[in-house]
Amino acid sequence: MAEISRTSRFTLDNGLRVVLAPDPTAPVVGVAVHYDVGFRSEPEGRTGFAHLFEHLMFQGSESLEKLAHFKIVQSSGGTFNGSTHPDYTDYYEVLPSAALERALFLEADRMRAPKLTRENLANQIDVVKEEIRLNVLNRPYGGFPWILLPPVLYQTFPNAHNGYGDFTDLEQASLDDCAAFFDTFYSPANAVLTVAGDFEPDRARELIGKHFGDVPHRPAPPKRSFAEPPPSGEIRGTHTDPHAPLPALAIGYRMPDPVGELDGYLAHLVLAGVLSDGDGSRLQQRLVHREPLVTDIGAGAGLFGPFEARDPDTFSITAIHSPDVPADRVLTAVDEELERVAATPPDARELAKVTARWSASLHAEHDRLMSRTLSLGAFELLYGDPSLVNRLPERMAAVTAEDVAAAAKALRPDSRAVLLVEPEGGAK
Amino acid sequence: MTTAGHRSAEEIGRTATGPRPVPELGGQTAAANLSHVDTVLSNGLRLLAVRKATVPLVELRLRIPFGGGEPLHAATAEVLAETILTGTARRDRVAIDTELALIGGELSTVVDPERLTIAGNALASGLPTLLDVLADALTAASYVDDEVGRESGRLVERLAVSRTQPRVIAREALLTHVYGDHPATREVPQAADVERVTPEAVRALHAASVLPRGSVLVVVGDIDPERIVGDVERALSGWASDRDAIGMPGLPEVAGGDVLLVPRAGAVQSQIRLIAQSLPRTDPRYAALQLANLTYGGYFSSRLVENIREDKGYTYSAHSGFEFTGPTATVGVDADTANEVTAAALLETRYELGRLGVVPPTADEVESVRQYAIGSLLTATSSQAGLASQLAALTAAGLGEEWLAEHPARLAEVTVDDVARAALEFFAPARFTGVVVGDAQILAPQLTALGGFVVGEPGK
Repeated sequence: MAEISRTSRFTLDNGLRVVLAPDPTAPVVGVAVHYDVGFRSEPEGRTGFAHLFEHLMFQGSESLEKLAHFKIVQSSGGTFNGSTHPDYTDYYEVLPSAALERALFLEADRMRAPKLTRENLANQIDVVKEEIRLNVLNRPYGGFPWILLPPVLYQTFPNAHNGYGDFTDLEQASLDDCAAFFDTFYSPANAVLTVAGDFEPDRARELIGKHFGDVPHRPAPPKRSFAEPPPSGEIRGTHTDPHAPLPALAIGYRMPDPVGELDGYLAHLVLAGVLSDGDGSRLQQRLVHREPLVTDIGAGAGLFGPFEARDPDTFSITAIHSPDVPADRVLTAVDEELERVAATPPDARELAKVTARWSASLHAEHDRLMSRTLSLGAFELLYGDPSLVNRLPERMAAVTAEDVAAAAKALRPDSRAVLLVEPEGGAK
Repeated sequence: MTTAGHRSAEEIGRTATGPRPVPELGGQTAAANLSHVDTVLSNGLRLLAVRKATVPLVELRLRIPFGGGEPLHAATAEVLAETILTGTARRDRVAIDTELALIGGELSTVVDPERLTIAGNALASGLPTLLDVLADALTAASYVDDEVGRESGRLVERLAVSRTQPRVIAREALLTHVYGDHPATREVPQAADVERVTPEAVRALHAASVLPRGSVLVVVGDIDPERIVGDVERALSGWASDRDAIGMPGLPEVAGGDVLLVPRAGAVQSQIRLIAQSLPRTDPRYAALQLANLTYGGYFSSRLVENIREDKGYTYSAHSGFEFTGPTATVGVDADTANEVTAAALLETRYELGRLGVVPPTADEVESVRQYAIGSLLTATSSQAGLASQLAALTAAGLGEEWLAEHPARLAEVTVDDVARAALEFFAPARFTGVVVGDAQILAPQLTALGGFVVGEPGK
């Protein structure tokens, strides 16, 4: 990852943080803007607003009519998208390197003056509702576990609510809500611009100054804490799924602060690998192969993956199982395996397996320009250090067997959420 | 959300200096030529090895033609795919996973009516181990009774989940409507068939069908392509047969006709799936047709997406694209829509098909899709995994690295007239048929009024 280690950073006068990561191995360039606002920041009564607003940012700006953004990126040979996370929203393009200035222009124009109109708001509310029907309402296990688990594990609105949003909330979103949201959260001082791939750093600096330099400064909103105490017992919730043919369950635990206690967080990541990565992992071996209790089982940090949220973050174990197997049998087996990791820590080879796969998967992720660009931006935003990405394999490799045992011990049955998904038809 | 003192939406949308011009494109460098070897090994396996040393990894794709006409073929093939990596004479399931994990590697298997694909990757330093495990599975997979029994059981449960996915239901309905009982329709086997698959049958299928002659191995990564030929030759020397791998019988041509409304009571969304015969990549008109397809629905700035998503909000995603099968190809159109707008979305979808031929793509539209086709190819092949998958897909048509390297020039030469001709011929609404899966009670009155719809179960 020689290219990533050449990463440089600077900040414009208006507060926009910039990350540059040149890499000439392919004639393509990635551009991303991360705004420091996600669905945890949306107000009560406006569930789904951060994601709805992400859609609106593609609908035109002062210099660009509706649809022009898509056309300019694609007619330059590029691809684009955006996504909303608990603590940030990202926008990105990957294009032939000839289109670098265009991509910077597009991101600057919508950061400076997006065109927020009633018509576009109404249209995108319809589109988002179709997205929710497609991904949640009309699909088995839709929203499992990322929408369904948080309301069981968390008590406060920011952490517990549905990030896709309720239809009634979405329909009530007003143009004035949009204006307030933009002015509060979409200031350059609350954003990170990342450029990665085939470009000359000096030329890129010049172009960034030209396009983003006159976006007026507005102060970043004060950082909010979303902290809340962990559950003081086991909390259970049930969801009836009209499409699912088999029962499923998700166990949610709280985990160390991803930013403030990174090593503890990484120990949980290694634990997730020990538990469920590959046929030789502990939960796969026992629950899938040795005494088949479940069809599939997985463990992981973060409901969309690791390193995409601040504290509090969720460690989850999910399984789909036969109706003949009671959920409590699965839970008991999981608890026993966690106790076993706590009591007899993984040996050196078990750890080496997890860290070698991690190292390879990080290389693979960074070989895809889009993933690399997004990852650098997210690490600048959450950690203030994009090059931390570069050092993750060695930080992972430094996690000891005792650290993993301690992580397993911390996943306690008396401080967790259990979500049970029941097929509507009941046991068939 | 009342932040004191925020601007109005109108104030936010303008600045004192006003709108600015879109910058011109800069100069573009071409992709570097990739050193590669494309050869046939002594066991009949085609090996395509490409050096792309962006990260210290290696990507591998092995595609084995895997057709079969017996009633239980699809189910047996699916069980074989689930169990081929669960044990050999030398390694049990955990040993395979452990060896792969220690080289940062993994191998996975997927089967469809045309072929069995084994895909994998690892740190480049682990390639000898990756090849050794692969060779072991190809020549000595043991399919012990316990593993086959347990994986079959899991598979039955997974199939139950799969068959509740609207896209799986729609896909199966489409294939059955168009191809009747051709083996191509059996992408997802029946659970009852899987329950009847025996370990003996899986071993027999492996012996009869997991064959090197006619198969292709693609290796991309931080490797020396010349040197790797000998490594692969040695590693896979025990994988031999004088027979050829078995392809799927050719697909019948898709004829246009009525769209079948397949009832799914209570669904809150409908799946629209249309299909027509198209051209393979080897046809001289393919590049023009590719641009016609992009204009219609093949990218976000297409006529279809602008109409039914961005203008009317009928759908989250609408898309058209090619599917290549053996020496033939089809083009498909799909969109998922809420019940109340399904008929309206179909009307617009057909309207855009007709319009593509009679109001052909303009020079601007063609330029836009041309740049998109060239640029997205650059992006898709800029990673090792992307390049490996792209090459593996090309090898099915006998193509290779050269085709990929020459394709931008092919796209550059297409004229606006070429695109218009391809659009008129291949996107004519009468060439299409398909299915809509949804709540027939709600949808039938409007769809049957539009004409060209019949209600029923596919294949009946």
